[in-house]
Amino acid sequence: MTTTLLDDKKKAARGGRTEPVLTVDDLTVVYEVERPVTAVKNASLTLHRGEILGLAGESGCGKTTLAYAVNRLHRPPARIASGSITFHDRDGSDIDVLALEDASLRAFRWDKLSMVFQGAMNALNPVTTVRAQLRDTLLAHRPRTPRAEVRRRSEEVLTRVGVDPRRLGSYAHELSGGMRQRVMIAMAMLLEPQIMIMDEPTTALDVVVQRDILREIVRLRDELDFAVVFITHDLPLLLEISDRIAVMLEGEIVELDTSERLYREARHPYTRKLLGSFPSLSGERGGFIRSGFDDFAATVDGTDAATTEEDRA
Amino acid sequence: MTNLSPANEPSIVAEAEAEQVARDRAGRKPLSGWRMLLPTMTPWLAVGLVLVGAITLFGIFGPYLVGDPRQIRDIGLTPPSGDFLLGTTQTGQDVLAQLAYATRGSLQIGILVGVLATALSAFFGIYGAYRGGFADEAFSLLSNVFLVIPGLPLVIVISGFVPRESRGLWTIAVVLAVTSWAASARVLRAQTLSVRNRDYVAASKVSGEKPWRVIVVEILPNLLPVIASQFVFAVIAAILGEAGLSFIGLGASNSATLGTMLFYAQNGFALSLGAWWWFVPPGLVIALFGMGLSLINFSIDEIINPKLKNLRQHRRRARKAARLERELARASRRSRPRAQETDAARDVEAAKEVSAR
Amino acid sequence: MTRVHVSDLVKDYSLRSGLRRSRLRAVDHVSLDLVPGRTVALVGESGSGKSTIAKILTRMEKPTSGVVDVRLDDDTPVQGSLYRRQVQMVFQDPFASLNPFHSIEHHIARPLRIHQRTHSPQETHERVLEMLERVNLTPAEDIASRRPHELSGGQRQRVAIARALAPGAQVLIADEPVSMLDVSIRLGVLNLLGRLQREDRLAVLYITHDLATARHFSDEIVVLYRGRVVERGPADAVILDPHHDYTKLLAMAAPDPERVDRVTLTQDGTDRGAIDNSVCFDHFAGEWQEAGVPAARARGEAAARGAS
Repeated sequence: MTTTLLDDKKKAARGGRTEPVLTVDDLTVVYEVERPVTAVKNASLTLHRGEILGLAGESGCGKTTLAYAVNRLHRPPARIASGSITFHDRDGSDIDVLALEDASLRAFRWDKLSMVFQGAMNALNPVTTVRAQLRDTLLAHRPRTPRAEVRRRSEEVLTRVGVDPRRLGSYAHELSGGMRQRVMIAMAMLLEPQIMIMDEPTTALDVVVQRDILREIVRLRDELDFAVVFITHDLPLLLEISDRIAVMLEGEIVELDTSERLYREARHPYTRKLLGSFPSLSGERGGFIRSGFDDFAATVDGTDAATTEEDRA
Repeated sequence: MTNLSPANEPSIVAEAEAEQVARDRAGRKPLSGWRMLLPTMTPWLAVGLVLVGAITLFGIFGPYLVGDPRQIRDIGLTPPSGDFLLGTTQTGQDVLAQLAYATRGSLQIGILVGVLATALSAFFGIYGAYRGGFADEAFSLLSNVFLVIPGLPLVIVISGFVPRESRGLWTIAVVLAVTSWAASARVLRAQTLSVRNRDYVAASKVSGEKPWRVIVVEILPNLLPVIASQFVFAVIAAILGEAGLSFIGLGASNSATLGTMLFYAQNGFALSLGAWWWFVPPGLVIALFGMGLSLINFSIDEIINPKLKNLRQHRRRARKAARLERELARASRRSRPRAQETDAARDVEAAKEVSAR
Repeated sequence: MTRVHVSDLVKDYSLRSGLRRSRLRAVDHVSLDLVPGRTVALVGESGSGKSTIAKILTRMEKPTSGVVDVRLDDDTPVQGSLYRRQVQMVFQDPFASLNPFHSIEHHIARPLRIHQRTHSPQETHERVLEMLERVNLTPAEDIASRRPHELSGGQRQRVAIARALAPGAQVLIADEPVSMLDVSIRLGVLNLLGRLQREDRLAVLYITHDLATARHFSDEIVVLYRGRVVERGPADAVILDPHHDYTKLLAMAAPDPERVDRVTLTQDGTDRGAIDNSVCFDHFAGEWQEAGVPAARARGEAAARGAS
């Protein structure tokens, strides 16, 4: 019980605070292919300071596109067709993310808003050490950082994500998958961004390692007070870690609510369907039919459960 | 942070395309797997096919249309004229007739060597990699040994060693094939190793498929583009190699090829006598045939690596998207005067962005 | 009906780094039984040896020691081509398990032809359509003529299931059959597997890392940790009343919205240094046994170690 997050006091504090850090208004992203595809349709959401916002949806629903657009990382043929993205800096000034130019955009990324990519643990450079990569990132954004400061900061972020600072001299292949993912998170928080976007950061990891990393993220959020956009298809996971959850379906945010309410009283049928897709570990079996010598077998055979709506294609 | 490029670009484009494919082919007879192996027609492929086709036709039918290439006349070294379209050699032989027979000879060598070398590389590369273990180690060692043997010198030594009388077309073909299969075998081995470990190969083994069927039916089709490309390269290399051998007088004794033509032109001092019509045509045929095959090969490369295929299309779409976004930005700037940057700067940035992709 | 009795399965891999050779024991004395009509879930993290067991059962790998005994009802052993016919597998990645070059028809027709289930092209074609309809892929005629890239992930996985059943499988090894699919279609594919299992009375080995589906989809759960069985028993008992530290850890780590107030996030309980894989809790026997030793010995020494 080293960390006591989410105890009542803090929860109350966060609940009472509604200072926004990022406002996405009516954002539409279109892929200019032969028949243009609207990947994100009129998405609007507000991210509050220190909040974990879950973004749930299945493959191709546009959740990654949305995250990329917020970061201006989307590449042609994707384009932002309408809408605005505003970043509210800690000092009170507002930044129009869509109007940022080359240099200021680069400064904005990582400094104000950083991203942990899907499969990011394979994005570490295999031929240089962790130390060199942390140093490069830091120097790229804060060119005149003294050497001692670079070392101190690198050690600090690694310690924060629960990696022994002695690992600074290691190469990527010497680290386990969970470690690499932690190093990536360390790198993302190196410049103390106010927002971290995490795109399926734990999908490739084992459940136990995943749990460790989630705990780390929640703890860091409580210590450093950055906002997190957590993208995943794993709704139960989001229900546990996030404050609010946005559910996306075919480019649209169909439901956005607190985790608690989303779980108890989901309004959109798709949300309910997603919730129903995950059998509960300790609860009832839901839509599942146990095989074998089960008395269920006789009763449910009529309901041809295999015909789901997946045959959309 | 250059290594942080988001490799996992959202796949919605691919999905949209797949959907379109599905829609387009709805109600039509499905395309077989073979269709997938054919390259899409591009101007370059068309040029390559025309060049290769024309030269091949010339090699096949040319000899029937021209006279005897060996007939000696007393009109040595006449420039091209109505009687002799490509002029005559020092001994008055018709260059056009020689060219027709020589093209046929070179094509024969090229195809023969192409087939032999591809068969050798397929056997050693694919079979070894599929079996694994000792067979793989042994085949791999063998191809490595052949890889480090310098090809042309070995060919010269072998050709020089074989007495001139018995140095026929087949001898040369075998010598060229033996020295040229190793590199392709390595490539095929690598490809097979990757295909072999795919689940569908495991699945067909689990369902009881015999090993040779697994190789021929499940693995081979996925290697066909690579094999085709290797074959095309082997043909080019063989024609050039044979030309080189013949040029230094070590070619097949009983056949006329483009290389032997060049050899006789060299011996007859064609260059110093200014008889360009004697050495330019064979040289040009070799060059054009090589070019044609290379152009075809580029199209095969697009099948092996579909990314190349989509590159052109992708660039076009990217330009369109960048333009639209720019227009949008301009429109919004007009309505919101607080944005101060100039349009020019924005254009430069967009151009940079596009060129960086 | 076919039953599988796996006893004391051991698989060693030799690792070479430089001149040094070392042995990695991927599977250490694993025993399990597959019975017609029942599903056994094999649960564990990556590297725990689950996939090695699947490979040994489908005869893609040879065990270092141990026996895989497959017998028909009348006790005749299943061998050779009959084994290939009766023991089939569904792979994890539906995008990799179908050959992009061939049509869907090819994938299902081949097993039929190999095992002489059909005798003419016409009959084969009809059988293929029948199989596709069984896995709810309609219109079958259209699907049969398509190629894998024209199908969605869930559809492909159904094709893979149809292929596995085509030769007349009695034992089905499902290696994480839904982990690569979109969440909203997982349930459908699992329920399809369940229905086919009931219809054909298949013996199913369901390999997964997902405890929740393991609990609901299977009758018995075998928990694997570093190559050894550390807990086994009826599905509900293992999940709701885990005894072994590793099972407890897994159960705690799995996201579960039912749990009250996100307690697990605040616990630092995932220290794996202390986890001991030398003991195994058997819910059927209701006692601790020794893991990683021959089954007979484990039972014999169970009493001695019971207290630990």
